[in-house]
Amino acid sequence: MKKSLALILALTLVFALAAPAAFADGTFKIGGQGPLTGGAAIYGNAVMNAAQIAVDEINASDSAIKFEFQAQDDEADSGDKAINAYNTLMDWGMQILLGPVTSGSGITVAAQAYDERTFLLTPSGSSVDLIADKDNAFQVCFTDPNQGIASADYFADNFAGAKVAVIYRNDDAYSQGIRDTFVKEAEAKGVSVVYEGTFTDATSTDFNVQLTAARDAGADLLFLPIYYTPASVILQQANQMGYKPTFFGVDGMDGILTVENFDTSLAEGVYLLTPFSADAEDARTQAFVAEYQKRYGEIPNQFAADGYDAVYIIKAALEAANCTPDMSPADICEAVIPVMTTLKVDGVTGEGMTWAATGEVSKAPMAIVIKDGAYVTP
Amino acid sequence: MNMKRYFKDARADLLTYAGVIIAFLVISAMKGNGMLNRSQTGLLVPICCYIVMAVSLNLTVGILGDLSLGHAGFMSVGAFSGVITAMGLMNVIPSAPMRLALAMVVGALCAAIVGFLVGIPVLRLNGDYLAIVTLAFGEIIKELITCLIVGVDSKGLHVIFNVNGSKTANDLTLLDGGRIIIKGAQGATGTKTIATFTAGFILIMITLVIVQNLVRSRHGRAIMAVRDNRIAADSVGIPVTKYKMMAFVTSASLAGAAGALFGLNYSNLAAAKFDFNTSILVLVFVVLGGLGNIWGSIIATVILYILPEALRGFSTYRMLIYAIVLIVVMLTTNNPILKNYFASLRSKFGKNSEKEASAS
Amino acid sequence: MKFLAYLVSGISLGSIYAIIALGYTMVYGIAKMLNFAHGDVIMVGGYISFLAATNLGLPALLSVLVAMAFCTVLGILIEGLAYRPLRSAPSLAVLITAIGVSYFLQNAALLIFGANPKAYTPVVSGTLKLFGGQLSISYVSLVTVVCCIVIMLALTAFTGKTRMGKAMRACSEDKGAAQLMGINVNRTISLTFAIGSALAAVAGALLCSFSPTLMPTTGSMPGIKAFTAAVFGGIGSIPGAFIGGILLGVIEALSRAYISTQLSNSIVFAVLIIILLVRPAGLMGKRTQEKV
Repeated sequence: MKKSLALILALTLVFALAAPAAFADGTFKIGGQGPLTGGAAIYGNAVMNAAQIAVDEINASDSAIKFEFQAQDDEADSGDKAINAYNTLMDWGMQILLGPVTSGSGITVAAQAYDERTFLLTPSGSSVDLIADKDNAFQVCFTDPNQGIASADYFADNFAGAKVAVIYRNDDAYSQGIRDTFVKEAEAKGVSVVYEGTFTDATSTDFNVQLTAARDAGADLLFLPIYYTPASVILQQANQMGYKPTFFGVDGMDGILTVENFDTSLAEGVYLLTPFSADAEDARTQAFVAEYQKRYGEIPNQFAADGYDAVYIIKAALEAANCTPDMSPADICEAVIPVMTTLKVDGVTGEGMTWAATGEVSKAPMAIVIKDGAYVTP
Repeated sequence: MNMKRYFKDARADLLTYAGVIIAFLVISAMKGNGMLNRSQTGLLVPICCYIVMAVSLNLTVGILGDLSLGHAGFMSVGAFSGVITAMGLMNVIPSAPMRLALAMVVGALCAAIVGFLVGIPVLRLNGDYLAIVTLAFGEIIKELITCLIVGVDSKGLHVIFNVNGSKTANDLTLLDGGRIIIKGAQGATGTKTIATFTAGFILIMITLVIVQNLVRSRHGRAIMAVRDNRIAADSVGIPVTKYKMMAFVTSASLAGAAGALFGLNYSNLAAAKFDFNTSILVLVFVVLGGLGNIWGSIIATVILYILPEALRGFSTYRMLIYAIVLIVVMLTTNNPILKNYFASLRSKFGKNSEKEASAS
Repeated sequence: MKFLAYLVSGISLGSIYAIIALGYTMVYGIAKMLNFAHGDVIMVGGYISFLAATNLGLPALLSVLVAMAFCTVLGILIEGLAYRPLRSAPSLAVLITAIGVSYFLQNAALLIFGANPKAYTPVVSGTLKLFGGQLSISYVSLVTVVCCIVIMLALTAFTGKTRMGKAMRACSEDKGAAQLMGINVNRTISLTFAIGSALAAVAGALLCSFSPTLMPTTGSMPGIKAFTAAVFGGIGSIPGAFIGGILLGVIEALSRAYISTQLSNSIVFAVLIIILLVRPAGLMGKRTQEKV
């Protein structure tokens, strides 16, 4: 027993010491953090793949700013793994953090980064707690309340008189957060919510009960503030039951058409609020989607788009603040924070994105509907 | 229990204490001289927590002989009760170490109470049935904590049990200056991180004192008699249930203290963290370190906790490599040929390796 | 009518648990080990039948057969490489190895198939509609229930009547004595894993037809639930696994419908605990007398 343990210990130490920690000259070091393994790996990998594309594009261009990029895995954990990944990046010499991808680890890391003065831009950590009271944390995506309110407003304007059922994941801060503000705003706007059903990570394979209950409650509009993986199961099981309400998702629903082999007819007529559409006709989006498909063989989802934009936002911020690669993370942080509110960035997730000092992004969420397997504006 | 055996055991215990103290002094010195990088420093507190978890689980699995798959549940109870204590008393007790100590005590107490309640049904079962019930309790505790919303203001603690999902933190109706401590699915949010490596070291020492003294005591021998043959133990008048409960509750309360330390090391912690996988992780530490072998648990925890971090260089392959290492280590340590080889090595070197013999 | 609809969805879910639990209990009953990697073999089965159906264009039934063949080989390999060397080791060592195998399969699948989910095309599509569409039963659920019953009967007949089956039961009772009686214990246990893994492939195809999202972690939670179901019914008992699975599904669905969707999992586990207190060896489990 002891011998083998000793052997592992020796190997461990070799690896631990082999970690490089030096400042490269002339390039900024961006660290990416997100889940690269485990159940949430889809999101982390999408962000990191897209960020790598953006970094390569910038490095190949004549831009004065060049980047070095490294991604670390936090397994979407809110505790030790999140801090371990962040610390590993700091040891590497990271100057700006692109991440964390998920809200849970985002809140943990943002608190530490705030104390240490590291600037962070999260592509998709949408919780308000991530940016609350932290001047160093900014978001590329909408906050959860923002989406809940926007959805309720959209219902009041476009589906007057609809009976709404909500199915959300109650062990997920993202889903619960959107649901909370949605229900509050819906009440204020006179949208009637007739049923609320929940599920957890452990029960995300069967929605027949919730769907039956929603149908019996007479719901003709099903609001799904959840990610697209469970949503695709809901669409399938509702279809099998012959229950055909109007489905309405938020940004997490984006990506449902990219699921390999997904029967897109199931998603016919699904509405979603999203800042990004892979079918958008502008040159920027098309170039990004083409490159992503070429490299990874998939259509990028909204997480990828957020990651891609995040790199360009960081670049714009560094340029506006006249940062140089020899600056320390803390110096960059102090220099970048004041310029963030003056920035106006065009990206694949929105034209003319601006930021409030709170870290919240301002861009227009657009409602789109799926027709013949593609996004169209309703 | 002859005298020779007694001195051998006592020596092994002292060596364990000495090993932990030396490791603490060396690491503290290295930390003070800036010899540790950030990621290494960041690993210290969670390693301490997991060492306490592993040693306490070893009490249940190795010494009491009952397979528990829900140890993370007790850690969870300790973590959240500890966070509530530390955050709730923020204005009353300004000293962070005091609050940390109090949080660990409260965490240990709460976990002990839950451990007692869980123990009533659990300890009536045996073997795999007992294992599945502990797994079930771990999952139940996780779901219940996911429904908790807790806040504190000048009027005291406000708690909502959000059973149908319709409540939010706003329903706490906190007065101005109040703070939300636990926010349902998001878990404990905005926690001030007051855990320290020194506290972790002290907790390990306390754990070792409790566990090693329990094991060497009359009670400990009774517990091991229950493990080795429950019916025989029963027939010689050992109150089986009492001793099982004693080991189980001690184990739960230590896990609770470790949880409190862990919870106060991160500003955000969701209940989902303490799931089945975390219980399994700790179980792996215990089994690899050797059942009933306290020192082995400590070493195995340190190595296996560092391993996935050290494998970061392999990026996406790291968890695959971790899995392979796990399988290979299990196969080699249980391989009869290698076992005989080590045994022959031991007999060559004679007395010095007696401790190892009892270890493997 | 509402109650009936909930009951039907409970039975559909339960049949999925039951078919996974059958594989679990089969391996446990003979080899006396908790094969925590069973859920991940199910995931592999799902991926293989997915690839066979979409990339090779095989019809559904054939793709499941391909998956069964693949998983059989995988099962034998896992048993031979990871579990056989530990035959004389303590049961906890085997448990940890099984967990290692589970991690290995999940992470290998992540590297090979990627993190993006794949939408599984159900092996049978369509829904049976009764009472003017008030009550709908998907054909997948019907097929699953039928599969469960067929497998249950086949396994019972196999272990009860055939030579190999009797050898399996002998190994389950006493490996040493079985060896002395001229039974090749290693081959028998290999065969157990082969059958268990082939069943896992069937379960994988049906699980993915029921809940059509395929990811590297697809098998883990249903695996734990099915393990619970197997214990519920009395682990090692073949009819017990079926009954345990169905009951677990029904309890989960009804508590979700009438008590709380938040706590449905907790309620399932609480019922399990109560059942085990009343019947410490599960519903159909044999109560073995301990020798002193």
